[in-house]
Amino acid sequence: MSTLTDLLQQVVEGIGSGAVYASLALALVLIHRFTGIVNFAQGELAMLSTYVAWQLMASGMPFWLALPVTLAVSFVGGMLVERLVIRPVQGAPELTVVIVTVGLFIFVNAAAGLIWSFTVKAFPQPFPDGGIDLAGVRMDWSTVGIIGVVAVVMGLLYLLFQHTSIGLVMRAVACNPESARLSGIRVSRVLMLGWGLAATVGAVSGVLVAPVLFLEPNMMGGVLIYAFAAATLGGFDSPVGAVVGGLFVGVAETLAGAYVDVIGPDLKVGVPLVIILAVLLVRPQGLFGRAAVERA
Amino acid sequence: MRSMTAVLDRTRHGRFALAALLAAAVAMAVPFYFAPFQVFQLTMVLVYAVALAGLNLLVGFGGQISLGHGAFFAAGAYTAAIMLDRFDTGHLATLPVAAAACFLLGLGFGVPALRLRGLYLALVTLSLAVFLPPLLKRLEAVTGGSMGLTVEKPQPPAWSGLAEDQWSYFVVLAVSAVALLVARNLLRSRVGRALLAVRDNESAAEVMGVRLSLHKTFAFAWSAMFAGVAGCLYTWVIGFVSPDSFSFVLSITLLAGLVVGGLASLYGPLLGAAFVMYVPSVAQDLSEAAPGVVFGLLIIAVMFVAPTGLAGLASRAGGAVARRRAGAAASDRSSVAEPPPESTSEPSAPRTPVDPESVEAEPVGAPPRTEKE
Repeated sequence: MSTLTDLLQQVVEGIGSGAVYASLALALVLIHRFTGIVNFAQGELAMLSTYVAWQLMASGMPFWLALPVTLAVSFVGGMLVERLVIRPVQGAPELTVVIVTVGLFIFVNAAAGLIWSFTVKAFPQPFPDGGIDLAGVRMDWSTVGIIGVVAVVMGLLYLLFQHTSIGLVMRAVACNPESARLSGIRVSRVLMLGWGLAATVGAVSGVLVAPVLFLEPNMMGGVLIYAFAAATLGGFDSPVGAVVGGLFVGVAETLAGAYVDVIGPDLKVGVPLVIILAVLLVRPQGLFGRAAVERA
Repeated sequence: MRSMTAVLDRTRHGRFALAALLAAAVAMAVPFYFAPFQVFQLTMVLVYAVALAGLNLLVGFGGQISLGHGAFFAAGAYTAAIMLDRFDTGHLATLPVAAAACFLLGLGFGVPALRLRGLYLALVTLSLAVFLPPLLKRLEAVTGGSMGLTVEKPQPPAWSGLAEDQWSYFVVLAVSAVALLVARNLLRSRVGRALLAVRDNESAAEVMGVRLSLHKTFAFAWSAMFAGVAGCLYTWVIGFVSPDSFSFVLSITLLAGLVVGGLASLYGPLLGAAFVMYVPSVAQDLSEAAPGVVFGLLIIAVMFVAPTGLAGLASRAGGAVARRRAGAAASDRSSVAEPPPESTSEPSAPRTPVDPESVEAEPVGAPPRTEKE
């Protein structure tokens, strides 16, 4: 295998894991767009959704039936979280809301451990074994599948936001909640909807990554860091940025792990830290974000 | 409130001195009445209290969030352990070095992270906390890898006639008392006032001439320094460090303890430290997950109903009594962010902006509330 195909191989694998990061980053960006906060519990909510999927399959449901059910449950769950946990502190300073999401993080993590124990569980791979061979670069069906699923999710979100009236309403709220409220939009319902959507998109990332990482309550901790790096790189306001950032972070992480001896597989988790720091130093609003102007 | 004048001030001063004396007496007597393991637990409470006091500077008074103070705690602990293990420096020398190292580390990470809002600091610190354990494992030559390092605990001098756990307790008590005092005085200084101003309204503070990035960065560095000192004490008390003791759960637990104990309160860190120490050990008996469930629910509940934590509840109860006594004479406005100008000229007056009661009356994170509840 030549060096070039080897490199391409790594890039392909990077894109595979990058798609997962992109999906969770997209969930983070959605919530940030709507509420201006970063949801630190996003990864844990995705983990919880993945457990729901696991439970459904353990009771005999096939994967492709369990997936839509899980996504529906996640949607409702996300709305409930907004209503029960976030709404009471709405309008409170950022610090309060962030601490509440950290509390949610700890609670969901421990609750999953309480219900399903901390033992690692195998999660069935929904895609067939084997793969395709492109000029010496091997692409597993699982990688193809992950990229495909994430692409479909992005496409659906795009259609929802750009071509439906509910999408228009949601964009209006994200853009200016006060004006939206004055023009008769029920902002609080839209926010619930936004959290539901974010939880659904996050659930996709959890279900996709579970066969690789194996299912356990701390599964999404690492993924969350990568998703943060992706969202920071792309700009916390930009869904496109989240996707591009996710793919970039995935590729960067894989390449750094494979080619930089000092980093190796064990220190790969330093890559998102470096990316976050570099972005903050060079272009704090991210690649696709807009620089914020603050008015007192 | 301002009209409550010197009489109340003097009684409060007297009461404070009395309480401090009493606390000191109890603290001195404690190791002679409890079993070694309980003394050890109390020692650890003091260790965590130092870390939480640092975190409180940043989160409670600075309004910034760190999800990675465990990393600075670990940095301090490893600095001490490596000095003891490799260079045999003796315990005392490790303390200033650990403090300085963590201060610089905090400065280094604070500069990029604090150019923007506190949110990004949370991201950077969280990634730092996740990154540190594998890094410690990798640097095996210095850190001992996953096996960690075992170092000698401070030995009681022969004249004292104390057991090892008692001596550790007194050493930690002395260091943490100084550290808490430094934290308190720092908050009553220009730095503390600037921090509060930044927390309450960044833009307004900047317009008033507070240099935002400078103060935020130094708050972070100070706060990291306290965590480093706590880590150093941890190494002294436990005599063992390993990467797995400092997973990012520690960082999250520290933040949880602080929130439950009481943000922006001077006693909050002590209460929070007791929480960090005892809740897991009690709840662990129920199940492995129980401490997390308790912590998570409590954090959310505290933010909903009592954003000032345990310490705030206590002082609100006390404040209600005081208000009733003071009657309607008090100008009952909770304008904490704007301290009366005279208090700056006499820093000993209890109504400085960082006075525990006045600060606790204004929760960090709550929607504006009136005091008439």
